[in-house]
Amino acid sequence: MTLLSATALNASLGSRKVLHDVSLSLEAGHLVALVGPNGAGKTTLLRALAGLIPSDGDIKIDGDTLASLPLRERAKRFAYLPQGHMVHWPLPARDIVALGRYPHGATDPARLSPKDIEAVLRAMQAVDVTAFSDRRVTELSGGERSRVALARVLAVEAPVILADEPTASLDPRHQIDVMQKLRNVADTGVLVIVVTHDLGLAARFADHVLVLAEGRLAAQGAPAEALSESVLASVFRISAYRAEFQREAVIVPWADV
Amino acid sequence: MSVQDFALAAEVAARRRWGATAALFALVVLLCVLSLGIGPVRVSPLAVIEALFGGGSDVAQVIVREIRLPRTILAFAIGGILGLSGAALQGLLRNPLASPSLFGAPQSAAFGAVLVIALGLADVRSYALPVVAIIAAFGSVFALLAIAGRNAGLLILILAGLAISSFAGAATALVMNLSGNPFVVLEIAFWLLGSLEDRSFQHVALALPFIIAGAAVLLSQASAFRTLTLGEEAAQSLGVDVARLRLLVITGVALGVGGAVAVTGTIGFIGLVAPHLMRPVIGHDPARLLVPSALSGSALLLAADIAVRIIPSTSDIKVGVLTSIIGVPFFLYLIMRERRALGGGVA
Repeated sequence: MTLLSATALNASLGSRKVLHDVSLSLEAGHLVALVGPNGAGKTTLLRALAGLIPSDGDIKIDGDTLASLPLRERAKRFAYLPQGHMVHWPLPARDIVALGRYPHGATDPARLSPKDIEAVLRAMQAVDVTAFSDRRVTELSGGERSRVALARVLAVEAPVILADEPTASLDPRHQIDVMQKLRNVADTGVLVIVVTHDLGLAARFADHVLVLAEGRLAAQGAPAEALSESVLASVFRISAYRAEFQREAVIVPWADV
Repeated sequence: MSVQDFALAAEVAARRRWGATAALFALVVLLCVLSLGIGPVRVSPLAVIEALFGGGSDVAQVIVREIRLPRTILAFAIGGILGLSGAALQGLLRNPLASPSLFGAPQSAAFGAVLVIALGLADVRSYALPVVAIIAAFGSVFALLAIAGRNAGLLILILAGLAISSFAGAATALVMNLSGNPFVVLEIAFWLLGSLEDRSFQHVALALPFIIAGAAVLLSQASAFRTLTLGEEAAQSLGVDVARLRLLVITGVALGVGGAVAVTGTIGFIGLVAPHLMRPVIGHDPARLLVPSALSGSALLLAADIAVRIIPSTSDIKVGVLTSIIGVPFFLYLIMRERRALGGGVA
């Protein structure tokens, strides 16, 4: 079932055209990996899909045209995790997670309705941050902070989650941990779109891979086709070691071609 | 953790904040009473309260209600709006060094007011004064945010603020320079120092509507400041119109600071200091800091205005001079504390 679709999407940053005629159609319950070389337009595509930047083209979410939805309504449908897990003030983790309820009208973390508290607790339990809910996020380790950021996004309980490099600057264990948690969320029927540079994680966890090159969709499909030898050679200019381990696909970038 | 536990923890934290805010409010009330009692004729706190409610001697009533009450109201309101403006700008820019005076807003407002006085466009008690001051303050904050751009680091904001306040200072100097009338120049120079002396209810009527409007605009945006903790993009994704928020904050700050400057001249650094005093008590949540910062701004200006009346000196010390003398070392201390962020570019 198609949940999110875009037709002939074009977007510019200043005078530079970043996205050219991107069309895609994504399903609920899928984990979609958005990959591509630096500067390919991955973040721009993510922002355009969430309606955070203006774009030409038609974006449909669950049958509604994105452009026709007011800001609040968009916020309920797209949970967006920006790069870097930036938190500017040392607030307790629980208040950060509670911000996920903002689109639902819960503007004060000290006065949440029982329904909002339940959503916050569910989100905190899903990524295992309940233990440090009272600690200030700035005092947490990078791995813990990334989980709090993830919990904030989950607390929105939106049908679509857009995560921009959620595994960047995390150690391998936390990278796998974050991807596994996003995988679990997708399995509950949410469409999760993840920007990543890690082709190995993309191949292993994604149902669907979008390969972006110079603002155009160079390939898309199941990991095996979208990350085929020829795509890796033409888009990333690399070769890769391929194998299967514990019945999951393994791709290790190997040499430039 | 159950729903009850979660709600209880939130409640405990909220009660602590309410306690602190109530204590601060009590302090402000106490300072108001002291402010009404201090001057050439001392009036005891009890007599002040009596006079306020129409009792006591006629002399005490005239002193308290007609001579000192406007001054106290202005100190309370202007300190409050400066503290609130500082907290709002710090919340908007996610930056603990943001404040109206570092961004040149009061200096620009003063330039606007000086221009009106020097050109003889309107007399000192007309509404033209605050209106032009507000427009100038709006222009300066708008220009600053436009120059700094989105997600600007500390360094850019402070350099741009320095440039704008220097420019406003130079423009003010030029106006005084070109003004032929030495009496006007003297009057302007004195007024620029920032003072609450000899203010009447006319001044209160001139400034208060703008201050209240500015405060209402800033307070209405409280919860949006909290979402900005996650950065502008995340705030926008949560349904906050960040461009509109910026414009509202600039408008609120300009209304408040412009209105204040129009009747008192420039009183600096309250907006920078007040939120910092509150963070250890209230926490760092930019939404919850607004009201306490306003109260601590009021307390600071009331205290400073009491101090200038108590400090023995041959000529009057202006309250704006005192707040700067105290504020600048505090600013230096903050720079030292934020040294790493400043040296590293983007905080």
